[in-house]
Amino acid sequence: MTPPNPGPAGAAAPYLVKRVAVLLASTAVAAVAVFAFMALLPGDPAEIALGVNATPEAVAELRRQFGTDRPPAVRFLDWFGGLLQGDFGTSYVTSAPIGPQIADRLGVTVVLVAGGMAVALALAVPLGTFAAVHHRNPLGAAISAVSQIGIAVPAFLAGILLVFVFAVRAQALPSGGYVPLADGPGEWLRHLLMPWLSLGLVQGAVLTRYVRSAVLDVMREDYLRTARAKGRGSTGALWRHGLRNASIPVVTVLGLQLATLLIGAVVVERVFVLPGLGDLLLSGVAGRDLLLVQGVVMVLVAAVLLINFVVDVAYHLLDPRLR
Amino acid sequence: MTGRKARWMTRWTTGGRPGDRPGEQPGEGRGDLPDDRPGRRPGRPGGRLNAGLLAGGALVGLVALAAVASFFWTPHDPTLVDAAQRLREPGGGYLLGADKFGRDTFSQLMVGARTTLYVGVVAVGIAAVLGAPLGVIAGMTPRGWLSELIMRVNDLVFAFPALLLAVMLGAVYGPGTLTAMIAIGVATVPAFARVARAATLQVMVTDYILAARAAGRRRPAIAVRHVLPNIASVLIVQASVSFAIAILAEAALSFLGFGTRPPIPSWGRMLQESQELLFSTPRLALWPGLAIALAVLGFNLLGDGLRDFLDPRLRRIRAEG
Repeated sequence: MTPPNPGPAGAAAPYLVKRVAVLLASTAVAAVAVFAFMALLPGDPAEIALGVNATPEAVAELRRQFGTDRPPAVRFLDWFGGLLQGDFGTSYVTSAPIGPQIADRLGVTVVLVAGGMAVALALAVPLGTFAAVHHRNPLGAAISAVSQIGIAVPAFLAGILLVFVFAVRAQALPSGGYVPLADGPGEWLRHLLMPWLSLGLVQGAVLTRYVRSAVLDVMREDYLRTARAKGRGSTGALWRHGLRNASIPVVTVLGLQLATLLIGAVVVERVFVLPGLGDLLLSGVAGRDLLLVQGVVMVLVAAVLLINFVVDVAYHLLDPRLR
Repeated sequence: MTGRKARWMTRWTTGGRPGDRPGEQPGEGRGDLPDDRPGRRPGRPGGRLNAGLLAGGALVGLVALAAVASFFWTPHDPTLVDAAQRLREPGGGYLLGADKFGRDTFSQLMVGARTTLYVGVVAVGIAAVLGAPLGVIAGMTPRGWLSELIMRVNDLVFAFPALLLAVMLGAVYGPGTLTAMIAIGVATVPAFARVARAATLQVMVTDYILAARAAGRRRPAIAVRHVLPNIASVLIVQASVSFAIAILAEAALSFLGFGTRPPIPSWGRMLQESQELLFSTPRLALWPGLAIALAVLGFNLLGDGLRDFLDPRLRRIRAEG
């Protein structure tokens, strides 16, 4: 007698529980790492804020206000407990609460990354599949070659090239700046088009190679030959049997790329003067606002961990062999 | 079972991710699945000098040549500010013109090549020296607590991209070449460790390891005498691919002001300085941009080419054919 098949949901449940536990644990450890790095350093925020001529009493008083006179473990729990409630603390430098600043900037970065990903996918899936199906003819080979060159171009360089073409030469798009969606979708789009392209073109080139590899791998599988032997055309066989299987490695790469895009966005925001998280991070460093830097870094690291989590789960659900 | 399938099976059974495979870059998503090119299929000769290897070698050689030559000679002092030559057009001893401070672009590119290679060598060195042994240890004791610990820490470091590490280090210790190199190196450790672990796992099931164990060799001796030589080619390929990524990271960091400090020339900062002059003098962005792209392309092609050249499976097929 065969054991009853628990079904997809039943099989995935213990895995999900374990994976969520790993996610929470690694986020907590990452928080310890970020805190240990940023908060336990030489340099007392109170002394820095008051300057060299401050009296010891004034420094001690400010330290009490900042809470930096408490033991590190207490400060960490305070900070981390706050994070869980969306409270990132108050800047030692500007005295402004950090949470709202991050929330303010997060939207721009998310829109930037999502648009970049959309451009990359829109490019890579058709081109990569085409290059795989036609890997023996010159056009397929040309796509591979161009994607190799695209990989060598960093996003900020692509951004500068795009500015040169579309802003300097064609004068069709603004070279930088940001207009909120509420002020008109047309202008919003015009300001985001080049940042999206500069992130998406480069990642699209990388992704094209992975899509091509994945489709090529699938095309050599026996089940695709069987499907063709049963009378499906090669396109039909690829659609019905190939794409889901080809999507498994691609989804993994997609997740890794999402993390790359997030970091790439930091640089691209600088190229196009967009008020996102990257811009906040860099201005925090410039203003020596360590608590702000600590908060933004934590958000970005948590985002990377979350992306990895989603990828692992998607991978697991897409591939029954892992169950 | 074909070799390709065998590799995939290893991946499933070891619970690895695509980044585990040699030469592939987890996180950065750069590189390629190793077995997808037509040239990889049995029947086509591998293991000889291929076009990618030659083109990549030539580009890398060009960068190295510029870097070495810059120690002895540059057309002008790359850091010399000369108001008379401000934004000078190319020509008359200034091959590629001069920037807004009158510094010779060609000389800056040459010394920039030195900066690029310096950061790349140190960063990849850090990653290899830390990552490869950790990966070998994890691969030799796949069920042990040490292996588990190494891979967990690896996953954690993996969540800190080079740019974030560099910004954190820069915020605390002040930005510079050293913090950039350390950040890029540490961020690249997980890639090396994963690749070394995956390759070690493959080596550990071979008969010669079994023989060495049966002969009573201790683990460190097996690691040094049997595992390392057999995964060396994988590590070399990884080093080349990581080098390309290190160049990209260094350029991005210098662009943001977290890399090499002025006045030492670096391609990323040349690009950053050129941005405000894009409307009037676009050539200032062209040259460093081209230098970065060609250097990255060179190391990527070299990595791909080395993979074809060094892959022992292809060598075997060739010997049989």
